[in-house]
This record gives sequence, C-alpha cells and structure tokens, in this order.
Amino acid sequence: MGQQLLILGGKVIDVRAPVGSHARIVSVSTNAALPIPLRPSRAFLVKGATIPDGFGHYIFLESTDRGIPPLPDGAEFTVLPRNYAYLGDGDIIRISPADAAVRVLFRASSSHNSFLVTEQCNHYCLMCSQPPKRGDDSWIIRDIERAIPLIPKATPELGFTGGEPTLAGEQFLSLLRLAKNHLPRTSVHVLSNGRAFKDYRFARQYADIGHPDIMIGIPLYSDVAPLHDYIVQSNGAFDETIQGILNLKQLQQQVEIRVVIHQQSLPRLTQLCEFLARNLLFVDHVALMGLEMTGFTKANLESLWVDPFDYKDKLSEAVGVLEKAGMNVSLYNHQLCLVNNDVHPYYRKSISDWKNEYAPECDGCARTNECGGFFSSAMQVRYSRHIAPFSPNKR
Amino acid sequence: MSKFLDKGAFLPPSDYKLLPLKFDRLSHGQYVITNFVGEYLVIADDDLHNLIAHTLTPSAAIYPDLLAKHFVYAPGQQAPLQLLALKARTKYARLANFTNLHIFVVTLRCDHSCPYCQVSRQSEDRAAFDMTTEVADKAIEFVFRSPSPAIKVEFQGGEPLLNFEMVKYVVRGTKEKNKVFQRDLQFVIATTLSLLTDEILAFCAEHDVYLSSSLDGPEDLHNANRPRPGRDSHQKFVAGLEKARGALGYDRISALMTTTDKSLPRVKEIIDEYLRLGFGGIFLRALSPYGFAIKTKKFASYDTAEWLNFYKEGLAYIIELNRAGIPFVEYYASIILTKMLTPADPGFVDLMSPSGAGIAAIVFNYDGAVYPSDESRMLAEMDDYKFRLGHLLENSYEEIILSDVLMDALETTYTGSVPMCADCAFEPYCGADPVYHYATQGDMVGRKPESPFCHRNMEVFKHLIELMRDDAEVRRIFYGWANNC
Repeated sequence: MGQQLLILGGKVIDVRAPVGSHARIVSVSTNAALPIPLRPSRAFLVKGATIPDGFGHYIFLESTDRGIPPLPDGAEFTVLPRNYAYLGDGDIIRISPADAAVRVLFRASSSHNSFLVTEQCNHYCLMCSQPPKRGDDSWIIRDIERAIPLIPKATPELGFTGGEPTLAGEQFLSLLRLAKNHLPRTSVHVLSNGRAFKDYRFARQYADIGHPDIMIGIPLYSDVAPLHDYIVQSNGAFDETIQGILNLKQLQQQVEIRVVIHQQSLPRLTQLCEFLARNLLFVDHVALMGLEMTGFTKANLESLWVDPFDYKDKLSEAVGVLEKAGMNVSLYNHQLCLVNNDVHPYYRKSISDWKNEYAPECDGCARTNECGGFFSSAMQVRYSRHIAPFSPNKR
Repeated sequence: MSKFLDKGAFLPPSDYKLLPLKFDRLSHGQYVITNFVGEYLVIADDDLHNLIAHTLTPSAAIYPDLLAKHFVYAPGQQAPLQLLALKARTKYARLANFTNLHIFVVTLRCDHSCPYCQVSRQSEDRAAFDMTTEVADKAIEFVFRSPSPAIKVEFQGGEPLLNFEMVKYVVRGTKEKNKVFQRDLQFVIATTLSLLTDEILAFCAEHDVYLSSSLDGPEDLHNANRPRPGRDSHQKFVAGLEKARGALGYDRISALMTTTDKSLPRVKEIIDEYLRLGFGGIFLRALSPYGFAIKTKKFASYDTAEWLNFYKEGLAYIIELNRAGIPFVEYYASIILTKMLTPADPGFVDLMSPSGAGIAAIVFNYDGAVYPSDESRMLAEMDDYKFRLGHLLENSYEEIILSDVLMDALETTYTGSVPMCADCAFEPYCGADPVYHYATQGDMVGRKPESPFCHRNMEVFKHLIELMRDDAEVRRIFYGWANNC
C-alpha cells in the first residue's frame, strides 16, 4: 500500500569523470533528438538502446541483465541505482565524482521544488523537520546559483527554505535576484522565521528586489511571546518576528503566517487566530498545519503529539475565526477524514509528493484523491487512531 | 540531558509594564478591562488588583491574555507598542477620508403624519418646502470637495418621492460630475415606499439606487405609528417592498424601525415581522429625542430602563434564532461588536468620537442651510439654529466646514478628553453625540450621569460583553455579526 517514496540523494553505483573533477550540476535530458549545440550542457538519461552523441554526461540506471552499452569516446557517465528511475527530462542533478554521490536538486514533474539555502538556524524548534547544523555550508548556495539558470522557464513555483535562509544575508538576496532574472514567471515561496526583517534596511533590500510574485512564509506559533519563544527555543523571537512581519507588510510584501498545530500550540490556537484577525489582518495567507513526524518531532513526540481527531472541533473554531475576519486560510498536512465538514473549503492536499503516503486503514477510501494523506514519516512514527475510509456512496 | 530548554526558561516577566487600560465592574464580581483600541478582557477582582499593583505572578492564568490583548508588555519589547500604534491608526483611519455621507433633504413634504416625526409637512406648497436646482447645484459642488474616495448620497425628506424630479436631477448631476472626480458613488433614497411607481423603480435600477425604508413592526403597530390617509402605510410598504426587490435586487432595500411606547411590549412580534418579510436583520433603535418627538414628549414617554428591557428581550430572541440556524443580525449590536472584536471602526455617526456629525455625514437642507447631522436640522425645524453651519448660497465650503460651531462641537465633545468619558472603560465603543446632549441637556458635552445616551449605551456594552462571557455559542454568533458591517 502507498506509493514508493522517492530517494533524492545518495551514492552512485559507478561514475566516470576526469580525476579530481568538481561536482557537476546538470540538467537531465531524455530527448535523443536534442539539437547538437544544446547537448554538451546536458546529461542524457539512457533508457533505450539508442545513445546519441555529444552529451556532456550520460546517466544509466543499474541493470542486472546488461552492462553499460558502448559510449562515445571519452564520454563521462554515471550509473545510478534503480530507485532513480523516476528521473525525467528537465530534472537537475548534482553528481560529485570525488565522493561518488548524487543529489537530485530539482524535479521538473513536481510542483514542490524547494532549495534548502542553509542548514544553519537561529531557532531550534521543538518540532523542526530539518534539524539545524552549524558550520560553513555556503557551498550549498553556490550549487543553487548554478542550478537556477538550468531550471525550465515554465516552472510554476520554486521554494527557498532552510535552516533559516536569511542567515545567508546578502547571498540569500542574490539568490532571489537570480531567480527573478532567470525565472521571471516562476512564483517564489520563501520559508523564514522573519526575524531578519526586523532590520528595516534588510526588509527594504528584500522588497527592492522587486520580484513580481514572491511570498514569504513566516511561522507564528502563539499569540504571546513566552509560548512562541519556548516552541522555537529562542528568547526574543516573537518580538522580532512580529516586527519583521510589520516591516514586510509596510513594504507591501506578501506574507503568509504558518502555524504548526501540536500539543504546545493547540491550547492557544483560537487565541492565536483572534490575535491574527485583530493585529495582522493584512497578511496575505494563514496556513494551519499538521505535525510532520520527522526531525526533532520524534525526540519530543510525547510533548508534541495530539491526535487530530481530538482537536477537530478546536480546529473548526480557529478556522471560523479567520474565516469570519475574511482572512485567506488554508489547512495543510491533515487527513480529510479527521476534519469537520465546515473546514473542507480550506482543506488543501498539501503534502509534498515525495513525502506522502496513505495508511492501511485508507484501503477502499473513496476520497484518497482529495486527501493529502500522510507524511511517510507518520507511517513509521505515529498517526491518528481514528483514520476511517470514506465509503464510495457516502460523502 | 535534553538539548531543549523547558518552559521555565520562557516565563513572562514579573517586572511587566502596564499599557493604557480602563476598567468597569461587571456582574458576578468580575471586571472588564479595555484598551484604547477597543480590545477587552473579563478579569476577576483579585487579578485586576494584582495587575495594577504589579504583583501578578508569571504563572497567573490570565497573564497570556493580558499580553495578547496588549494590556501589559515585557520591558524592552517593541512589537506590542508597534501593534497598538497600528491598531490606533486603523481605528482612526476613516478620519482622513472625512465626509462620506451627504444627505440631500429634497423636500419636507410627506404623505405620512407620524407623531414622532421631526420635520415633515402636510403641504401642497412646493415652493416653500422643496429644494431648488440652485441649491442642489451648490450641494453637488460641495459633495466633491470631500476627499473621501467613497461618496454616499442619501435623499431624505419628508418623503423624497414627492420631489422625485429633484432626486433625478441630483443623481444625474452627481454622476456627470463624477466622470471627472471618479469617486465610488452610491445613492440611497430614504422612503416609506408608499409612493413607489414603475417609473421610479426603472430610474433606480438604471442608476443603482438603493432604498432605505421604514418598518415599525406588525401591521397594526406600524399603521398606528405611521398614520397616512387610508391608514394603509403597512400594506403600501409590503407591496412596495416586493415590487422593489423584484426590480432592483433583494438586498437593495433595507428597513429601519422606530421604537415607540407602543413597541415596547412587542419586540418579538416586531422581529418576526422582519423575519417574515425576508430581512436578514433588524436595527433595534431607541426613539430619538429630536424635533416633534421632543415637542410632543414622545421620547420621554418611556424611560431608558424600559427600552433596555425591550432591547435585551429582542436580542435574546434573535440569539435564539441564530442558535436554531437562522442567520439574523441585530445591527446595533453588530456595530458595537465590530468595535469590540475587530480592528475596524464601522463609522456609525452616533457612536463616533470625534463626533461623526459634520465630518462623517453632512446635511443639505431643502432651503440651502447646511447642518452637521439629520438630528440638528430637526432642531432647526423647531427654531433652534444652534447647529446651522452656514448656507450653500452664502458661504464657501471652507466657511461651513471650519465654522466655529462645528469646530467647537468636535473639540469639546471628544470622548478622549470629556470628563467621565475619558475614564470610562467603554469609551472605545461609544460616541460623542454633541447634538443629542445639546437637545436634551442644553449643552453639547452634557452631564453624563444624567444622560440617557450614556446610560443606555453603557448597559448595552456591558450586556454584550456579559453575553459573550457566559456563552461560547453567543461568542461565535457575535464574531459573525462583528464582521458583518
């Protein structure tokens, strides 16, 4: 049951490239008829018997029945495990011959592409899905700078996340400028704790990029500083985040408030929504999100977990407050059978395609195509005891 | 050893600072505290004492609510101050737009002779009581001097339909001028609907004109309140309503009720009549003390306590309707709840401070005189010209808007500085209403302990807060009303 979880990075089976050569960031092509001038910058994904000349790199999937077919003289190639069979035209991968590693940076067929800008963070959230690391990781940004020009121009959306991407300061802003100039029709979504924008000059520099369609998603876990600061494990966070939001809105930037619902944030969820409606009515979107069972959440499970079934009325109340205030609200990372009907208009099938699955209890459910399912991590850690399939004739 | 800090590392400070707050007593030994942007909190006696004495402990259950609603803040924090400032700017934002509502009294003539009516005349003498084109032209010019991006032109009387040629003249003239000024224009005719014709409706449909009408309750009550030849005011209203809804749109016709002593025992019947006729709400109004109502002592024929009983009974019934799944709004509550539960100020003239008279609304009388409110021109009809700001044919816009009488009224009655109002917990919800206090007490500020306006509104504010305190379902219903304006 459930679809195969995508593997996005790991060791290659084999790679051939000049000794000591740097990592390659290449766009994958499956088009054997690609014009010659375009080939040197692309990696050809070999799926059939035909192997066209002139590509900068060739990618094979590990095969038991046949070896590597003959390649043009001196051609570079990489052999990947079978679980990279999902790769397709327009995808961008990073191949590092030195440590025989591959990483998928961009998938053209996904609508959830997101670049992790840095693993550093000035928060240490109890439920962080991407636990922060210290140390210089500025190579990541250099990779992204190389990847952005390769992204198909028709890409609808691109995300920047972290860690805390604004910790990269000017380099972060440069990435956004690059995205704007290479992908002017791609909307950009940034995940940030917003604290950096407390500095009006920085907020101003961000606004001055003039990206035509950029939204910044900022988490706010409580209406009061002590609780928010506890959840993000940083004193002074709430005060700076609020000031950041105010600066961004003063500069007419799009801001989304993101609330993760768990045992700590739940008791003041309604008050938080009232606070938003009273103080931050002008934000562009409010996302109420279920807990992702990964990263620090596993370590803090007992102080975070609450069965969504047990808070569905409270969720309805919270959504009701925002709805009545005319705010733009979405409910993410929840299962359709665990929310009341009154929140269905705000329910979004949101879980990234490479992360989602369905539970055994979902067998026979008539509405899985409307349901976001689960983070695959939930299957291994914990999920609601109240999952129940919708029957086909009853909605 | 966990790498995470526990909650104890993030307690609110015991050396908190107070933000401006005011309080008043509620029932059950509780208090309500409010801040100057209208947020409120119900608080126990001892919590209030601790709060003010700076002895509230970080673990007090009320502490987070005090932080969230900006009654206290931690030393060094900036966000609470910025948010409060922002909410204050939002609350007063409409002042910069100045006058939105422009009332044209196109005639004093009327086919009704309601005993509580302030101004109407039973007369065939058009020349004496109708607005002239000369006055109308000046009034239209005056309208576009307002900086407001949204302009509402309301026709009043008498019965404006008795001088419909003038209504048409003003609508066309205003729209013509608006080709240059590009404001968001809206037209409303205040009418009993008794004289509605197909021609009038066709004109209203063509020019997007709304109708604001009067319905006092069931047939016998309505007809007793609103005598006209044939004693058929109610029948005419119902027929006109149906016709107008079909021609203009269901929501284009609103109705206002006037409360008289005859209404007091019949609030449910009155509400049922609104329900029966398909209205989404009702405005349970107090009788205004102006004009003939003062002269005939009608407004004094029942006291504030009686009206409050009427109001509370009506409100309770409306809440029951909502509980039963029938959405129905009491509009006076909805105006106040908007101030309590949202950052917006609905700009209801009676509940504005600085006073809405003259700046939120202005009245052009049929004879060219300009008044700051409908009520003040009614005083003038009783020969009290206290609030006459000037004359369209004699005075400039500046002379009228900057007239001493208007400036005085605005300045002296601002509730933020008026004795007692300044200290009142309900000041953020209330209004200055200089005309009311002048009419009833001979003084624009007035003595608040003797003011029925003050008594009535204080009671309503407390009542709404207590209802929300005592019942979560009511709170939910009220949240819906708050965002209804």
